[in-house]
Amino acid sequence: MLPNLSSLKTDALSQLEQIQSPDDLPVWYRAWLGRKGHLTEALRGLGGLSAEDRPKAGQQVNQLKEELEQAFQARQEAVKNLALAASLAGGALDITLPGRPLQGGHLHITTRTLRKIRQIFGEMGFQVYEAPEVETDETNFGLLNIPPYHPARDMWDTFWVDDGVVLRTHTSPGQIRCMREYHPQPIRVILPGKCYRYEAITPRSEHQFFQVEGLAIGRNITMTDLIGTMREFTLKMYGESRRLRLRGSYFPFTEPSIEIDMDCMICQGKGCRVCKHTGWLEVGGAGMVHPVVLENGGYDPGEWTGFAFGMGVERPAMLHHGIEDIRYFYSNDLRFLHQF
Amino acid sequence: MALRIPLSWMKDFVDVDLSASELAERLTVAGMEVEKIHTIGGDWAPDLIKVGKVLSVSAHPDADRLCLVSVDHGASAPLTVVTGAPNLVSLIGKPLPTLKVALALVGAEVIDGHATDGRKIKLKPAKLRGVPSEGMVCSEYELGLSQEHEGILFLPDDAPVGAPLAQVLGDTVLEFDIKGGFAHLQSVFGIARETGAITRKALNKNKIMLSAPPAGQADPGFVKLEITDPALCRRYMAMRLEGVKVGPSPFWMQQRLTRAGMRPINVVVDITNYVMLELGQPLHAFDLDKLKGSKKGEPPLIRVRRATPGETITTLDGVERKLEDHMLLITDGGGPVAVAGVMGGQESEVDASTTRVLLESANFEFLNNRRTSQALKLRTEASDRFGRNLEPELCQTAIHRAAGLLVEWAGATLHPVVGDVYPAPQTRPAISLSGAFIRRVLGVEVPQKEAQALLTSLEFSCQPTDPDTLAVTPPPHRQDVNRPADLVEEIARLTGYDRLPPTLIRDALPPQRRSKMLDGTEGVRDILTGCGLDEIITYSIVSLEDERRLYPEDQGFDPQVYLSVRNPLSAERAHLRRRLLTEGLNTLRTNLRFTKRLALFEVGAVFLKVQGETLPKEHKRLSVLLTGPRNPAHWHGGGTQEPFEFFDAKGVAEALLNALEIPQPQWERGDDPAYHPGRSARVMVNGQVLGQLGELHPRVVESFGLPMQPVAALEFDLEALVESWREDKKMDGLSIHPPVLEDLAFVVDEALPAHQVAKLIAQTGGSLLKEVVLFDHYKHEKLGVGKKSLAYALTYQAPDRTLTDQEVAKVRGKIIQRLEKDLGAVLRG
Repeated sequence: MLPNLSSLKTDALSQLEQIQSPDDLPVWYRAWLGRKGHLTEALRGLGGLSAEDRPKAGQQVNQLKEELEQAFQARQEAVKNLALAASLAGGALDITLPGRPLQGGHLHITTRTLRKIRQIFGEMGFQVYEAPEVETDETNFGLLNIPPYHPARDMWDTFWVDDGVVLRTHTSPGQIRCMREYHPQPIRVILPGKCYRYEAITPRSEHQFFQVEGLAIGRNITMTDLIGTMREFTLKMYGESRRLRLRGSYFPFTEPSIEIDMDCMICQGKGCRVCKHTGWLEVGGAGMVHPVVLENGGYDPGEWTGFAFGMGVERPAMLHHGIEDIRYFYSNDLRFLHQF
Repeated sequence: MALRIPLSWMKDFVDVDLSASELAERLTVAGMEVEKIHTIGGDWAPDLIKVGKVLSVSAHPDADRLCLVSVDHGASAPLTVVTGAPNLVSLIGKPLPTLKVALALVGAEVIDGHATDGRKIKLKPAKLRGVPSEGMVCSEYELGLSQEHEGILFLPDDAPVGAPLAQVLGDTVLEFDIKGGFAHLQSVFGIARETGAITRKALNKNKIMLSAPPAGQADPGFVKLEITDPALCRRYMAMRLEGVKVGPSPFWMQQRLTRAGMRPINVVVDITNYVMLELGQPLHAFDLDKLKGSKKGEPPLIRVRRATPGETITTLDGVERKLEDHMLLITDGGGPVAVAGVMGGQESEVDASTTRVLLESANFEFLNNRRTSQALKLRTEASDRFGRNLEPELCQTAIHRAAGLLVEWAGATLHPVVGDVYPAPQTRPAISLSGAFIRRVLGVEVPQKEAQALLTSLEFSCQPTDPDTLAVTPPPHRQDVNRPADLVEEIARLTGYDRLPPTLIRDALPPQRRSKMLDGTEGVRDILTGCGLDEIITYSIVSLEDERRLYPEDQGFDPQVYLSVRNPLSAERAHLRRRLLTEGLNTLRTNLRFTKRLALFEVGAVFLKVQGETLPKEHKRLSVLLTGPRNPAHWHGGGTQEPFEFFDAKGVAEALLNALEIPQPQWERGDDPAYHPGRSARVMVNGQVLGQLGELHPRVVESFGLPMQPVAALEFDLEALVESWREDKKMDGLSIHPPVLEDLAFVVDEALPAHQVAKLIAQTGGSLLKEVVLFDHYKHEKLGVGKKSLAYALTYQAPDRTLTDQEVAKVRGKIIQRLEKDLGAVLRG
């Protein structure tokens, strides 16, 4: 006796439609299409049919089997999609939670500023020359045309280590060392480094700070070259729209001496607290290397000329980042250092 | 000492038609930096603060200490003002001299005379003890002129009644910050001369170019002058003035002195100061009657000589000063009367009873003057000027100017004899300045005529010697100009540097030299920040006590090896560091107040004394400090709160060594007393010590005031590290054949160093064993007493073929056998 195939079909499909979970799919499959499933049973029932009915019934059962297989596939796909949809719906994160921290460290702001300065001068062919921080009085002052008790010494408050030994008050003694090492070749170097001055530690002054000195010696180096070089540096360091002001100044180791100012980047030259209401900020001091210094370095001032410049490192960083207190630099408060 | 130049004073010598700010800008650009512009009377309303004339002073009906003053201020009717000013109240009932006052009308803003903080008030109609006051007569304090608030200010008799006060008393003062030791820029006249040159205006020298003192009867014996050390005293001039009446100096002089930053004292002192401010030449006035001769009855003997050892003088400020033998003194028959060019002595001071004055105008050598001033720690207006190399010619101009003022304002009679000892008047050689030289320095042409005009405007005398060359003789006041480069500077600053076109260096690029140290140092910085460490830069001047903390129980500590600073900012910080850790640990402590986790590094020099050398060795070091939880706090948890410890420091070291391609470091147990004895190591490369690392000794942690938690540290010789940096590593071939991976665990003696096991595995495994990684380190009693288990992940791979199981089994067998034989290792099943 052949079971009622149409009710079989209806039951099977309606049960299949109920299935929501992927786990129930194999259960249904076993029940209907498995070796002991209803359809297999129906096929077995074909044995009871007459020989002429058998092929047709067999065809019907096989057709039904085919239909159920297809329905199963479809349902399987649908259930998978349902599960995916459910998992997508349930998998929403609070995207406002912070990301996992990648523990990158911070370079000190002084290092970052020095790198920038070095890069700009590097592009103009200036290489780095390093000189010691503890210096002789002779190299720090005497050979730079500043004899003992000379009034120019008032420009530097000095830490003394020993008779004739000081903590360098500026990077300029490196000029003498560099000239003595490199002469009689031309020179184009910058000399970055730590300097020390006997100064009370206040928001505007530190006893330890960095400077960058520059030195170019050649047979045709002129004041206009110095001005061009400083201009190039200022525009690259502080922005292409900066305006420069050059004014006469005095340094014992340069003659003529100048100071390079730029229009205040805070107030655009209108005058504010940072520029002391002058509209100008100091970029650095410079000049043509004094003939006495050239001679002390081993260069004949009749054949060679040169320029030198010097600038602070903390000050530009302070301007750039709106830092009002220089003491932050070497007190190493990480809440400060982490900001850069 | 700031240089303050009142414009009104400068106008005695040069016309100024620029505004104060324009003038300030022009001077600044020419090398005389104006730091501030002070306006005096800028806030006095012209219609409310005026010159008044006192018509009468009468008693207040109800108050003894007040008076009623009737003031004419140019209006149709006078005003009545009630005041308590003692210098008006005292005039009640007395004949009235001409009195001009500063009258503030209702609505004017003046400084509140009852407050001390300089706050301003707006005058309102007021009644004082029943009498209405229609304005106020002002004191100097109320006008912001000085701190004087006792009496009201009396103006000069010729002040026009009804004129705005600002017109009579207003002024602008330029405050300069002039760099360098330039005597010629330290005076009103000096700045006027520069102003004239810059603005192309002629100088008016009438006021100071008094004719020589009138000829009269000679009296050469009034004083004996002697200079024993002409190198230190180039000139000494003296003048005698008699019948001096010591009283206050005239109002206008007091005003100018005050504006220039000096306090008026008495007419004699004020005149010497006035001339000093005006011309730059310090003068000194001795009471002639207090100066002694070599014998009684002889005229005073002024001898300029060096001090003898042990000599002392009590200076005008009342301090007894011990003198050193390089110091120059002015002495009389009785001993020192002044430290030359620094400060006078108390004994010969001019006072109210003085009638005869010996006026000194001298020139002292500037370096010795500065040395003296520094040794005595006594900086004065005089030493400030002598210390900038004054010219001897100025002595004469100044003494004549002062004498003229003393005659005019102090009632003095000038005795025409001038003592003048001037052993070697200066002659200055001409400097040859060629157009070619100017071009070589500045990079631009300056026509000879232009150069000559500029230099002449500064009183240089120029003589063309050929079409390209000038012979230039500097004026006496330019002691600073001695060579052609100095002249180029004068030309350039007067031309204006802004007029020089910027160029880039045309010379060929000099030889380029690479600095491996710099590249390496920057590389180390990048590696370490990549590892999550923050860079710090600390002070080089440290506390010796702090350094000492790195040596528990002073093991290995020797204060003698430190360089010290002779003049430290504070006694606590007076030594140059020998370890970067010292300030690093202080940095940890200060930061631990705000944060728990710190991973820091520093690169910098330490200072090591070298026997027999003047300068120390500056050794570049690297330090690392790690403390607190290894992983940053995060909502996800994800990790533990385990603290940084030994293996974190070692991990940093390995990251560095790997990144710098430094092969085969050797690790040894460390023995530095700053570190935990069981948790520290020394690392060597090619037999050279690279540095040490580990957890710091708990005593060190404690002595730096840190919480008792592990602090991992690393100290490397940065120079050795960069030196070991290999930049020539060759590529290892990549195999396309699949690797065979397997894990082997061995039980060994607990004391056996792990790297011996790994080394032996690698050695035995030969070329087919590509990698050995320890992935587990485990101790448990079930392994046996004194045993541990080490588990390794092994990667076998051949470059040319897929390895067979048999090949791998053969290698594995050899490894197991070898470890068992050599190390007693047992393979765990």
